[in-house]
Amino acid sequence: MADLTSHFAGIHSPNPFWLASGPPANCGEQIMRAFDAGWGGAVWKTIGEPIVNVSSRYSSVDLNGCRMMGLNNIELISDRPISVNLREISEVKRRYPKHAVIASLMVESKREVWHDIVKRAEDAGSDGLELNFGCPHGMSERGLGSAVGQVPEYACMITEWVKEVARTPVLVKLTPNISDIRTVARAAKKGGADALSAINTINSITGIDLDTLTPRPDVGGKTSHGGYCGPAVKPIALHMVQQIASDPQVQLPISAIGGIGSWREAAEFILLGAGTLQACTAPMHYGFRIVEDMIDGLSHWMASKGYANIDAFRGLSLPRVTDWQHLDLNYKIVARINPETCIGCQLCYTACWDGAHQCIHVAGHAKPEDEAAFTMASLVSTPTSSTVSHATPARRIPTVDEHECVGCNLCWLVCPVENCISMVRVDTGNQPQSWAERVQQ
Amino acid sequence: MTQHPIAFPELHPPLTPQAAVAEANRCLFCFDAPCAGACPTHIDVPRFIKKIATGNPLGSAETIVDANVLGLSCSRVCPVDVLCEGACVYHNINGKPITIGLLQRHAMDHFYAAAGKLPYKTLPGAKKVACIGAGPASLACAAELRKHGLDVTIFDKRPQPGGLNTYGVAQYKFTPTDAAREIEIIRATGVTFRSGISVGENLSIEDLERDFDAVFIGIGLGATQPLGIPGEHLPNVLNALEFIAAYKTAQPLHVGHSVAVIGGGNTAIDAAVAARYLGASQVSILYRRAESNMSAFAFEYEHARASGIGFVWNARPVRFTNHSVDLDNGLTVPCDTIIIAIGQSRLLDTLQQIRTLELRNGQVVVNPQTGQTADPKYFAGGDCVNGGREVVDAAAEGKRAAKGILQWLT
Repeated sequence: MADLTSHFAGIHSPNPFWLASGPPANCGEQIMRAFDAGWGGAVWKTIGEPIVNVSSRYSSVDLNGCRMMGLNNIELISDRPISVNLREISEVKRRYPKHAVIASLMVESKREVWHDIVKRAEDAGSDGLELNFGCPHGMSERGLGSAVGQVPEYACMITEWVKEVARTPVLVKLTPNISDIRTVARAAKKGGADALSAINTINSITGIDLDTLTPRPDVGGKTSHGGYCGPAVKPIALHMVQQIASDPQVQLPISAIGGIGSWREAAEFILLGAGTLQACTAPMHYGFRIVEDMIDGLSHWMASKGYANIDAFRGLSLPRVTDWQHLDLNYKIVARINPETCIGCQLCYTACWDGAHQCIHVAGHAKPEDEAAFTMASLVSTPTSSTVSHATPARRIPTVDEHECVGCNLCWLVCPVENCISMVRVDTGNQPQSWAERVQQ
Repeated sequence: MTQHPIAFPELHPPLTPQAAVAEANRCLFCFDAPCAGACPTHIDVPRFIKKIATGNPLGSAETIVDANVLGLSCSRVCPVDVLCEGACVYHNINGKPITIGLLQRHAMDHFYAAAGKLPYKTLPGAKKVACIGAGPASLACAAELRKHGLDVTIFDKRPQPGGLNTYGVAQYKFTPTDAAREIEIIRATGVTFRSGISVGENLSIEDLERDFDAVFIGIGLGATQPLGIPGEHLPNVLNALEFIAAYKTAQPLHVGHSVAVIGGGNTAIDAAVAARYLGASQVSILYRRAESNMSAFAFEYEHARASGIGFVWNARPVRFTNHSVDLDNGLTVPCDTIIIAIGQSRLLDTLQQIRTLELRNGQVVVNPQTGQTADPKYFAGGDCVNGGREVVDAAAEGKRAAKGILQWLT
């Protein structure tokens, strides 16, 4: 098995999988059960002056029958007294000394208030502090959370206050609800942060009940925008993590958050520079038990690739992300359809015609409308034989005009059969040339 | 039906709404889909399935009835294994086709529960069309003609319209109550139904031709063919269609403990399974040829075997008695009741009254594109043309003939 031990900005944990600050990390009892299930660490549900929550609090986006492709919440920080949370931190650390417990903090923007909470959290035994500058709903209306994270000067100032007294590593959690996340990442760095957590949730309204006309979640006939997370936000989080990781002015360890539910997302975030992985929606959906496959799957993948530990592949994909202007204009691929495995659904055909570049054809038909008319007009009656051939009729298998194919990938993306359509490199005979190189000439 | 028909359990129970949406979401939404091409009426299957997935079951049902007004009965009685579901591309991915028949039923059940209607209106100066026979072919023809505003009258010799949908479909597949629902939405569009009318008996050809601009012939087939062997007229010898019609109309039936069914087609299986439901503990199908020659669909055969029906191959009856079937190989199959299901005869007496029709092998010859007969005023479809196929074939041929009529009249 590969070594998954994590050493992140001075915080040690048996593996890089941490519960993100949120409902699964609300209390010590939950966190201890999570550690028993295999989680390496937990970022405590944000501690601050206790708040009052509303009901309901969550809403989600389902996709074609799959639940919770995206999750939205309007829950605030911990509703429990600071002293209770801190006492439970002490208890968890006493019983699980090798696991990472990070205190997420959010208090009034006053130097002495921050000094006080930092000292108390560290006295309780937390291994690190995560400054919640990201929460986009409710708390931000009170000048906290993303209200801080959206103003680089505030983020820098509070980080400085915390660092004046902190003895443990300080992580700054960034909000994605900003035009360029790197500005706040740099401010946190300037303020002395030891690491960054990204991303917090994205401002969202998930949907509207078409009977009551109330957007969800419904709080007595009204709603408020919430924070969006879960599988749907992974691409946004990946991009933001990459932006921070590639920024020469930041250069801080990154604890990645955003749609991590399996080892696959974990590997992707590590490949773009992340050190630890935080999850919240996935354990909310399926429970703590999912971590077993996260550990197991990542270990098997690392073993298959020959990576002995997390650092062996951290950031390996970063050099492969560049500006568009540096991409090779002379790299060409085309779609090839394997007639042996094609099932004749013709999704590639209609996708190419209606959504791409009109280069996939079905013999005998000028365009998709004619094809529909052709089949519909043919006379059919019930076969008298019980046996029906399921073989794909040759006339239903589309072909690609490779000369016209722009290699956009759309047909390959819509094809429901694995490895039926492949995107194949063709030699244009031209030397690689980027847009930047072309305009220089 | 005034009396309560015998309660049969449903062969395929309906999908729950959530199961329907889950199954609908599995549909790939193929372009120019093979399932739609395989349906004789060319229902746009992916379109109606997608509408179930989005929570638009009424729109889904409207898509179905637009192509096939008998969408409900077809969803219940179609041999989907050899039609839409047989063509599903999933056979070549994981071997599990979309359950199109059950999804269609789901949409159609919603349509009838929501008191769905066909929005057809009569146009001023509409041409008049008569449909002879009130079975699936005429119903489909009438609905298509009403869609285009024509004035339609359906004549049938039976007290209830619907033909085999009402009298001949196995009860565990489709009930007369559901058949009546389907007829009522067609009646509600303004079609006139006249029962107890037989062409040539109480409706003359002259009157028909004088009063109507075009005539659709959808009279189906006649009684079960006789075998021509001794004992055929004994009281314990029934023919399959009369047997099915009798139990569907709640006539008292006592088949006894053991039943022998003569035949190898789907009707033989319908009759045999029904005999089991009616209390027979031993039911055998006697077929004159080998297992591989049987014309019943494979899934019907499986259903019969699962229902505990026995099969005797190469069994040629030479004599019926009031307690047995005697075979030509000297064996005797003891039984209380004998049901003959060896195919229906042609209604030559009726067809030959219209002297201008061309018949071949007792079937009406039509232009396959238009359903038009040798006499241009007459169109035909369904079993009297195709020799006896599925409800969906009759629906397709009725619709096709309606288009032919519209073309010819305008």
